[in-house]
Amino acid sequence: MAQDSGEPVSQAELAGSPVLLAETPAAPARRQRARIPLAPGEVRWLALPFLAPALVLLGAILLYPLIYSIVRSLFADGPAGGFGSFAGLRNYGSIFTDSSTLRAVENNLLWLVVVPTIVTILGLIFAVLTERIRWATAFKTVLFMPMAISALASGITFALIYADQPSRGLANTITVGIHDAFGSSSAYPTVFSNDAAAYSGSASAGYTTKSTFAPGSPALLPLTGLNLQSPPPDARQAAMPSAARGVYGVVWNDFRLGGGGTAGKIDPRELGLPGIQVQAIRGSQVVATTTADAHGGFVFPGLTSGRYQLRLPAANFAAAFGGVSWLGPNLITPAIMIAYLWIYAGFAMVLLAAGMSAISRDALEAARMDGATEWQVFRRITVPLLAPVLTVVFVTLIINVLKVFDIVFIIGQSAGANQKYSDVLAVSLYNAFGNQQYGLASAIGVILVLAVIPMMVVNIRRSRKEQR
Amino acid sequence: MTAIAGADIVTGAISRSRPARIAARTGGGALRIFLVVVGLIWLVPTFGLLVESLRNPAQYANGGWWNAVAHPAQLTFSNYSALLKNHAITSSFLNTIEITVPATLAVVLIGAAAAYAFAWMDFPGRDWLFLIVVGLLVIPIQIALIPVVRLYSVLGISGSLYSLWIFHVAFGLPFAIFLLRNYFAGIPRDLIEAARMDGGSDLLIFRRIVMPLGLPAIASLGIFQFLWVWNDLLVALVFSNASTQPLTVALASQTRQFGNSIDILASGAFLSLIIPLGVFLAFQRFFVQGVLAGSVK
Repeated sequence: MAQDSGEPVSQAELAGSPVLLAETPAAPARRQRARIPLAPGEVRWLALPFLAPALVLLGAILLYPLIYSIVRSLFADGPAGGFGSFAGLRNYGSIFTDSSTLRAVENNLLWLVVVPTIVTILGLIFAVLTERIRWATAFKTVLFMPMAISALASGITFALIYADQPSRGLANTITVGIHDAFGSSSAYPTVFSNDAAAYSGSASAGYTTKSTFAPGSPALLPLTGLNLQSPPPDARQAAMPSAARGVYGVVWNDFRLGGGGTAGKIDPRELGLPGIQVQAIRGSQVVATTTADAHGGFVFPGLTSGRYQLRLPAANFAAAFGGVSWLGPNLITPAIMIAYLWIYAGFAMVLLAAGMSAISRDALEAARMDGATEWQVFRRITVPLLAPVLTVVFVTLIINVLKVFDIVFIIGQSAGANQKYSDVLAVSLYNAFGNQQYGLASAIGVILVLAVIPMMVVNIRRSRKEQR
Repeated sequence: MTAIAGADIVTGAISRSRPARIAARTGGGALRIFLVVVGLIWLVPTFGLLVESLRNPAQYANGGWWNAVAHPAQLTFSNYSALLKNHAITSSFLNTIEITVPATLAVVLIGAAAAYAFAWMDFPGRDWLFLIVVGLLVIPIQIALIPVVRLYSVLGISGSLYSLWIFHVAFGLPFAIFLLRNYFAGIPRDLIEAARMDGGSDLLIFRRIVMPLGLPAIASLGIFQFLWVWNDLLVALVFSNASTQPLTVALASQTRQFGNSIDILASGAFLSLIIPLGVFLAFQRFFVQGVLAGSVK
């Protein structure tokens, strides 16, 4: 494992793996342990001073609250959060009827379905890929590091990444960059026309010419508003297309810096609007579509007869893509899940890597000698032998995800009014607690306990096996 | 370990044909690049937080932290000097230390004593009691909030450091006992029996044999508990008051107006993570062992 040093391996495993690797060499030593016979007359309550502090604390802070909460969950809220009248299971019912707690239940289910699986798979991928890399230690340290950091700090870190304005948050800067790189952003968000005589429509609906154009009569489509401080790099002096057949014309920015020029006429130093989309319309049907060249010229060579209206569709003028609202109602839960994944992928990786180092190298090498591909080795040998560790990782993540609080609370709070869309059960419990809805809070708590009972049983069974 | 891996690569290379070797090498190259990219992606969030904490908050409105990477002249320590003058933050930082250190020491001491009893002493119901402790490992702390708040108000310690210590220690104990008992039980039996033959008391055996030999496990536990308490938010949100609140709570209240308090949040978050990070890097081995053993928690 990454942390190899002078320490004997068996000792490290002794400390590290009572749960995970019951089959390690250290385990038999534990199993053989038997009771030490007491000397005659020795008193059995000698253990009490050693045990008492722990038992008192466990009884007062864990066991008693467990029983108290179960009872409390069956009662309505009295004054100041005290016991009210007996309510049966009504507190439990209201978890599934109240819209805010119901959303928390749904979110929790989403967490359960998505997160443990993805984190386990990622951890497995990283563990396998780093197995033969010499600087695996460095890689593992980097990925494991978030485990040491508080969820508060991670939450602030990711709230920073998800900041709404594209210029501030990394996630949106990348999203906008990718979006723009694929060219679907509009080229001319500032360009428009005020010429009500020439066009009907608007920038948001697209502009349609009022007059119609026949083949051979050039169409002049003036617009204004182009950012002349930084015009499109490929924009050139506006001009009619050279090889003009069919319906043709020019779309240009009918304005030049420094003044002069005539409205509605192509003057020197006025730029074409390259790439702008032009549609030819007959009746109300779009019959042809083209885009303008660097000089703003466009041609419909196929339209050789008839008269057509021309339209500059709204897509040309759509406002710039402003990024995604990561912490908005729809994406806030997935966004928080990504932060969680950042924290726990290293955890899964380290556990699985430890499990893999316990797999006999002979089995792997023998399979490779027999001509098995790396994929076959992975699928047929590594994964089955790793199954117990995979289970532990997966179940641990399920328990953690059930109780997830800090990271959801912090990122949610930074999202302001959208916080409610991120709620999970543990956050609902905290809110109910703050509102002195102790019956409801206790019921949520009991549900969380019920949900971890299967894991409790597994732990106890495994521990009993070891005691024998 | 490195030596074994190295030998593997060598023998593997010899036994493979030339095309396979080339394929393996280029594949390895792509793999290395992939892993480097993943590693960088994992570092970016924390690095961004660090850079943001070193920027004038006015620049937050103008653009993201990466602008400061291009213009390092923008970086300043003013957020940190402001943070150190902010009484609410400095006192909460001291509270974090005051909460964490005793809660860690106490859990080690109380847990080790109980673990010794479970491992090497005989008393009625020992195995059953231990199974209960194991069962308590996965109990979520949420279940205890309301009853313990009431208990504390009866005891008159609401909001005090005691209330935080007690809660953290109690919820640290199942893991502490579980981890240490399993480790202590692996100590060679002869050592303990010989000491008993010589008339050594349990206290002596505990102090002179079990604790020193159990040091690796105790270190794991200590680091794990330290980080757990240091990083805690929920327990402190519920049980601390204005004068005992730790850094996490002080900062959490600032996240309501995220954009307005980015200077405090970024530098404060970095302050809160730098000590756990140092502990993690210095004692990584013990921390990993603690996590491996504590994966049930």
